[in-house]
Amino acid sequence: MASIMNGKKWLLPAIYILFLMLPIYWLLNMSFKTTNEILGGFALYPQNFTLENYRKILTDPTWYNGYRNSIIYVVMNTALSVTAALPAAYAFSRYRFLGDKHLFFWLLTNRMAPPAVFALPFFQLYSAVELFDTHLAVALAHCLFNIPLAVWILEGFMSGVPKELDETAFLDGYSFSRFFIRIFIPTIAAGIGVAMFFCFMYSWVELLLAKTLTSVAAKPIAATMTRTASTAGYELGLLAAAGTLTIVPGAFVIYFVRNYIAKGFALGRV
Amino acid sequence: MSKKTNPKAWILVIPVVILVAFNALIPLMTVVNYSVQETFGSNVFFWEGVKWFEQVLNSSRFHESFLRQLAFTGTVLVIEIPLGIVVALCMPKKGPWVSVCLVLMALPLLIPWNVVGAMWNIFALPDIGLLGHTVNAVGINYNFTQQPTAAWVTTIVMDVWHWTSLVVLLAYAGLCSIPDDYYQAAKIDGASAWSVFWRIQLPKMKNVLTIAVLLRFMDSFMIYTEPFVLTGGGPGNTTTFLSIDLVKIALGQFDLGPAAAMSLIYFFVVLLMCWVFYTLMMRNEEQ
Repeated sequence: MASIMNGKKWLLPAIYILFLMLPIYWLLNMSFKTTNEILGGFALYPQNFTLENYRKILTDPTWYNGYRNSIIYVVMNTALSVTAALPAAYAFSRYRFLGDKHLFFWLLTNRMAPPAVFALPFFQLYSAVELFDTHLAVALAHCLFNIPLAVWILEGFMSGVPKELDETAFLDGYSFSRFFIRIFIPTIAAGIGVAMFFCFMYSWVELLLAKTLTSVAAKPIAATMTRTASTAGYELGLLAAAGTLTIVPGAFVIYFVRNYIAKGFALGRV
Repeated sequence: MSKKTNPKAWILVIPVVILVAFNALIPLMTVVNYSVQETFGSNVFFWEGVKWFEQVLNSSRFHESFLRQLAFTGTVLVIEIPLGIVVALCMPKKGPWVSVCLVLMALPLLIPWNVVGAMWNIFALPDIGLLGHTVNAVGINYNFTQQPTAAWVTTIVMDVWHWTSLVVLLAYAGLCSIPDDYYQAAKIDGASAWSVFWRIQLPKMKNVLTIAVLLRFMDSFMIYTEPFVLTGGGPGNTTTFLSIDLVKIALGQFDLGPAAAMSLIYFFVVLLMCWVFYTLMMRNEEQ
C-alpha cells in the first residue's frame, strides 16, 4: 500500500502545476489571436496565429514606456530597500538597544498597512514634495512595505551567522565598515539575493500605489493596461499580449534565484 | 542567543526609520486628521470628533463588507494552508524536477495583481473563457458576472491559484531542513507515514507555517486589485471586500471623513490580529 502511494506521489504536484498553468496558457493563447477572433467564439488554440498584438506593444511608445517605467522604479526600490535594510537588520540581529523589539514590530506593522488606506494621503504627500509622477515617488512609496520585509528576511539570515565571525574580525583589527563590506556581506550573499528577489516581486506586482502616484511620465505598464482595457472597448488580444509580457521579467528573476527559492521563502527561518 | 546591549546600534537603524516614517507617519497623520473633521471642499475643515467613527461602526454597509472580508480570508486560509502542505509533502526531495517544480510554482507570485485579475476574467468568461466554457459545457450554469455564488467561487479559486504556491514553498523549505537521520530513526521504529507527519514533519514546519499564515492573513485581508479587476466588487456588492469598499467611499464618493475613520478601524483590526500571530511566532522562536 505504502509503495503504491509513493509511486503515485508525483501526481499531486503535477496536477497542481497543471492547474497553475491553465490560466497562463489561456492568456498566451489569446495574445496570439486578433480581438475579433477572440470575440468570435471559443477555440482552444489560435486559428489565425498572429504576432500583431506584440508588434503593436513593442513599437508604440505609450506601451513600451510602461515597461520601462515599471522596471526603473522596481530596480530603484530594490536597491534602496536592501541598502537601507542591511545595517538595520545587522543591528536587530546582533544588538539589544532601547526600543528594539517595539521598533521591529512597528516596522512590520507597515507591511500590514492596507495600501488602500494610504492611497489618497500618498497622493497628497508626494504632490506636496513635488515628486508626483516621478519614478522616485513610486520607488520611495514601495519602501513602505519592502523595507520591513527586507529587514525581516535579512535579520533571519544574519541570525544564522555565528557571532564569532564578527568577534574574530574585530580582534584582527577590522573597522566596522570594512568588516561589514569585506566579510559580512559576502557571507550573507544568499540572503541578500533572496531579499532582493522579494523586493523586486512585491514592487513589480503592486499597482494601487504605483497608479495613484503617477499620471504620464512614470506610468507603470499595469496601469497602461487598465486604461486601454476600459477606453478602447476591450482590445482583448492586446490586453492578453501586454499581460503575457508582464510575466516575462518575473520568470527571468525566478530562473536566476531558483536554487535559493526554497530557503529564501522561509525567510531564513527554518 | 544572547545579544550585547549597544545603544549605538540606533545609528544603523536610522536610515530605515527615516524612510519608513516618511511613508507611514505622514500619511497616517493625514488619515487621522480627516477622520475627525468634516469638509465641504476648498480646504475648509470643521471639527467633528468621533462622529465618523460612530457612523462607520454603526453602518450596516461596513458590517457587511467586514463579514464578507472575514469569510473570504477564512476560506482562503482553510484551503491554501492544508493544500500547500500536502503539495509540499508530495514534492520530490532532490533531482532535476525540484527546480522545475519550484520555478513553475513560483510563477503566479510574480504576475502583477491586475494581470492576475484580467487573466482570470478572460479565463472564466462563460462564452470565450476556458474555465467558463468548460463548466457550462458540463451542464452547470455558470456566469460569474451575474451569479453571486459563481463570483465568490471564482474569486476564491483565483486566490488559491495565486497564493497557494507561497505556502508550498514555505512548507517545502521547512521539510528540506529536516535531517535524514530523523526519517531513518522513524523507519527503524516502524512509524507509519501518518505519525511521521504528526511527530516529525509538522513540528519542524511550525515556524515557516506561522510565517505562511501571517503573510496569507495580511495579504488576503488587504486584497484589492485582483477582485476589483475580476468582478469589480459585483454582482451587486457580493464581492466588495473591505479595501474595495474603502476606495469606493474615499475616491468614488469623496467622503473623506468616513473613509478615513474606516481606514483607521480597518488598520487597527489588521494590526491586532498580526500582533497576536507575531507574539505567538516570537514565543516559538525563543523555545
